[in-house]
Amino acid sequence: MSAVADRAGRRSLGRQVLIDRTLLYTVAVILALWTLVPIYLIALAAFSERSAVFEYPKTVLPTRFSTETMAFFVGSSGVLSSVKNSVIVALGTIVVALALGAPAGYALSRFRFPGRDGFQLAVLSSKMFPIAILAIPLAVTFIDLGLYDKLLGVIIVHSAMVLPFVIIVTAGVFASVSRELEEAAQTLGTSRLGAFVRVALPLALPGMAAAAIFAFVTSWNEVFAATILTLRERTLPALVVASLNQSPIYFKFAGGFFLIIPSLFFIWFMRKYLFNLWGPGR
Amino acid sequence: MASVSFESVRKVFGKTVALPGVDLLVRDGEFMVLLGPSGCGKTTLLRCLAGLERIDGGTVRIGDREVSDLPPRDRNIAMVFQSYAVFPHMKVYDNIAFGLRMRKKPKPEIERRVKEGAALLQLEPFLDRYPAQLSGGQRQRVAVARAIVTDSPVLLMDEPLSNLDALLRLHARAELKRLHTDVKRTTVYVTHDQIEALSMGDRIAVMKDGEIAQVDTPSIIYDRPASVFVGAFIGSPPMNFMKATAKNGTAVGDGWEVAGPPGMDGKPLLLGIRPENIRIGEGPFRGRVVVSEPLGSHTLLTVRVGEDSLKVVAPADDVFKPDQMLQLAPEPHKIRWMDETTGRAVAAPH
Repeated sequence: MSAVADRAGRRSLGRQVLIDRTLLYTVAVILALWTLVPIYLIALAAFSERSAVFEYPKTVLPTRFSTETMAFFVGSSGVLSSVKNSVIVALGTIVVALALGAPAGYALSRFRFPGRDGFQLAVLSSKMFPIAILAIPLAVTFIDLGLYDKLLGVIIVHSAMVLPFVIIVTAGVFASVSRELEEAAQTLGTSRLGAFVRVALPLALPGMAAAAIFAFVTSWNEVFAATILTLRERTLPALVVASLNQSPIYFKFAGGFFLIIPSLFFIWFMRKYLFNLWGPGR
Repeated sequence: MASVSFESVRKVFGKTVALPGVDLLVRDGEFMVLLGPSGCGKTTLLRCLAGLERIDGGTVRIGDREVSDLPPRDRNIAMVFQSYAVFPHMKVYDNIAFGLRMRKKPKPEIERRVKEGAALLQLEPFLDRYPAQLSGGQRQRVAVARAIVTDSPVLLMDEPLSNLDALLRLHARAELKRLHTDVKRTTVYVTHDQIEALSMGDRIAVMKDGEIAQVDTPSIIYDRPASVFVGAFIGSPPMNFMKATAKNGTAVGDGWEVAGPPGMDGKPLLLGIRPENIRIGEGPFRGRVVVSEPLGSHTLLTVRVGEDSLKVVAPADDVFKPDQMLQLAPEPHKIRWMDETTGRAVAAPH
């Protein structure tokens, strides 16, 4: 009697698990399609003959593959130099944001200092200022400082934008590195700084990588500040927005695809570190 | 030569005084255990010795050298942490070699000493593994090996066994004791486990509220506690204490009388006696059995004598029933008299 009830109970439990799994995977698939379908369609348009873009109904398979559009986009004036600018700005942003953000995160996680909570709040609240409000005063200030239309100016603005995130992520990462590890290194003969470099830093690398991805992607995609603060030294998004606005639609597809690639590549490359950061990888 | 001395060492955290002023001397080659309940300052004292905490007063000396203001790396100490603090991003070999590399030893010497250390702690098969691939006990041994290969004359241990399961702890305890006999370093060992303290220490410093309550050999600490605190903290079950008043050299309790300490007439006393030092049979105490707990090797009785409750260790073969009346005799030379007002021992009758 009880065995029968037990079996029935187990069966209904099994069914529950099945339903849960089905729901989970359905949602996961929908979310994946939501992200992947536009990327696929853009890629399809970017690598088809120009006329294919205007065809209706659309084909979902790359039946008319061609690199002509992409080649034209890459070859058009300003694109390659703006790609170079974008790379310089994004890498510069990573360097500045990590050089400033990692020590700040370390301090937040290791030391109890006066004003610590206030500092943490200030870091977060700086994210509340919309860049649109700051843009004009910033442009004026940068002209005064001679930073206008300079990549350094864009690097500074992008660094300021990602710094709060970098500080908070690295603080979390360093908090997860046991203090005793650094103390052990000190008793074994390193200085305070040596313990940081040899023990805390290597262990924090995954989180730092995640912060670096974020800095890179944010800077690579940022268009507003880059458009306002540059004239000739355009970054790629600024160029796309400013000069390709009037371009034919297939050209935009090529530009769009070109903008997506680095982010995809970066995230693919660093994703195992992201899993480390936000939960055990499965 | 590496004795360790603390002179009036003071440590304050904000408004909390962790160590009001500790004096302690650890002799060269001695295994000194700092024992006390959590929050008594034993780990803080150890960290002051390691240089991981700055002291707010007093001096710390290692050998003849004052180290009070030196950073950890200049103190020539080695430490085993409670969490082991084995570096997760380094293989076992590199973990053990870390201290030697920081001391810039030549490569062949590093290799030789890592091998020796690994052999001493039976870690040879694991030198190529990462700590994540080791068990808790193995990780603990890596931490010990890493500390001893540096040849520092002073070895500090902060509850190194507390994260091991009971059986492994038993084994590791014996191993650490053997190791101490082998390498003969001056060792300062922090624990809250009295069994570890009694079984491993050459001497024990019992701490309470940042102060040292008693420093002595395990047997004296156990037999002749300097205060009610020490008697009650050490021993399982702890020492019994019964209220009494001294009159003309006799201590009078609730329904009993025994020969008391001299010179305490009229003062409130506590008679301290360990549960295993009470015999059942003809004696001054009469009591009623409240609980009888057979524990295999012996039976633990809780006996009500007047207003006091006594723990008594009885032979396992005897059968006791609740409410049974018993006569009990404390072994006279095992009685430890305490002054109830100060909580401190009255000058020993021995």
